[in-house]
Amino acid sequence: MSAVTTPARPSARTADRPARKKTFSGGNPLVYAISLVVVAVTLGPVLYGVLGGFRTNAQLADDPAGLPSPWVWDNYAGVLSADSPFWGYFLNSTIIAVVTTAVVVVFGIMAAYPLARYRFKGREALFMVFVIGLLFPATVAIIPLFILITQNYQMGNTWWGVALPQAAFALPMTVVILRPFLQALPTELEEAAQLDGASRIGFFWRILLPLSGPGMVTVGVLAFVGSWNAYLLPLLLLRGDMRTLPLGVADFSSEHSADTAGVFAFTTLAMIPALVFFLAMQKRIVNGLQGAVKG
Amino acid sequence: MTDTAVRSADRAPARSADRRPERRGRAAVWRKRAEIALFVTPALALLVAFVVVPVATAVQMSLYKWKGFGPMVDFVGLRNYVSVLTNEVFTDAVVHNLIIVVGSILLQLPLGLAIALLLNRKMWGQGLLRTIIFVPYVLAEVIAGVVWFQLLQPQYGVIDTMLAAVGLHGPDQGFLGTPEYALWTVLVVLTWKYLGLAVILFLAGLQGVPDELYEAAQLDGASWWQVQRRITIPLLGPTMRTWGFLSMIGSLQLFDMVWILTGGGPANATTTMATFLVNEGTKRQNFGIAGAASVILFVIALVLAVAYQKFILSRDSKEGGR
Repeated sequence: MSAVTTPARPSARTADRPARKKTFSGGNPLVYAISLVVVAVTLGPVLYGVLGGFRTNAQLADDPAGLPSPWVWDNYAGVLSADSPFWGYFLNSTIIAVVTTAVVVVFGIMAAYPLARYRFKGREALFMVFVIGLLFPATVAIIPLFILITQNYQMGNTWWGVALPQAAFALPMTVVILRPFLQALPTELEEAAQLDGASRIGFFWRILLPLSGPGMVTVGVLAFVGSWNAYLLPLLLLRGDMRTLPLGVADFSSEHSADTAGVFAFTTLAMIPALVFFLAMQKRIVNGLQGAVKG
Repeated sequence: MTDTAVRSADRAPARSADRRPERRGRAAVWRKRAEIALFVTPALALLVAFVVVPVATAVQMSLYKWKGFGPMVDFVGLRNYVSVLTNEVFTDAVVHNLIIVVGSILLQLPLGLAIALLLNRKMWGQGLLRTIIFVPYVLAEVIAGVVWFQLLQPQYGVIDTMLAAVGLHGPDQGFLGTPEYALWTVLVVLTWKYLGLAVILFLAGLQGVPDELYEAAQLDGASWWQVQRRITIPLLGPTMRTWGFLSMIGSLQLFDMVWILTGGGPANATTTMATFLVNEGTKRQNFGIAGAASVILFVIALVLAVAYQKFILSRDSKEGGR
């Protein structure tokens, strides 16, 4: 802080003014050099996988660090062929992620509404239930969850059996993010709706829901990405045709360990949906994570 | 955080809703209760079925010797806890988790800070850079793990090839196959995967630093380094401390990456608490042991979280008054 409080030197002031008015010249070359290294390290492994999918196993064995020559499409074509298990995994991942997201968003906003805008005894205690829920990650309960879902709930190897527990473990964070969001909506809106004869449920349905779109999208995106990338719970619950993409990738990689090029092609195709989704939703994902930190 | 949320909640929303019951009497009170129940029940039911019951079952399991079928009858008291805590594989796993907790923070904090400060300058391609640096974080841990597993293959993997090109020789069993290197290799891959999160959060924190501060420092003739050390980094403190918390919690639950890269091997050199309990639960059907390990994992995470809250995060609320 001492830099701020030291008395201003007039010479620096006059020297600095014109410098700031100058148009941006591009900056320090060293900064660009470091940035290039960072990009290379970050993207290198991903690009190596993408390019590896275009090579043959012989090419990969002869010169692991080389480029495809010639470019081979067989690996990708094989993964994308109609009889490939890829499509089944893709479908399972999509359905489970959509169900998880829908349940989290609908149940989350419903629970957050009275917690944010009703006054009743035990409201804070009820909210604490969700806050305490934050402390329990799925990992801690994974073995009993596996037993309960397969034996007691009869949902082993089903979409619901994975989506519902995922939604349950995502709910506390969702409610904790959504409640302050709903509290921030002005009270005048509610009073105006009441004067117009709307009930509290009518207010929820016609005014609150349309206004909380951004909040719901943020928690929805976080739930979707979490479900799409999930491994542990699907690993214990899903078998055969019901497997999701992460399970498919892991199993393909161990079953075809000799077919490195095929593994690269499969892995590359499996990462595309997540990357496309990320690019489309980048702002929301980043905002959601930052919101979680500020929370 | 919850404190302020609670306080503001008491003030704002309820005023209007409160006038109603006086006017319309008991029917309105019941109606309101029914509405609350209607809204909250689905979420609570889901929490009970899939969080509360499993967690309670984990505790119950930990007190019995149980192989997964029939009722739990063979009560063994705390014997499962004793056998977990005296099992070297588990105590090693705890140490591995702690190494990952500390190692992740020691590696990612300076690297993430350096990259965030770099990206916070005016430069071409800044938006693209920010997107690229975040890519590994968005990939599933499994997918990143499978790619790195291939890169790290002994001899014909690209990393060994590149080392050979500069005259170095990777370990014969590969970095993941050699007990002395395996955990550190996992740590490096995790750093690659999660550095982007640190950078993005730090960048967001940097945007919260008012421009006037920089301008004032510039007027005072402060150099770029002085500005970073005296202004930026101190103001980034709360963001860094919160990020550290998230990083710690994630490291304690580490499972996916280890399971893909090493499966906990070689010779249990990379076992974590999570891989231990999944192994005991699914491969050996030792549900009592798995339950005890779950409870111990939770207690360790809780103790560390409370300690972190008390000794590190609490500085933020004290500083908040300024």
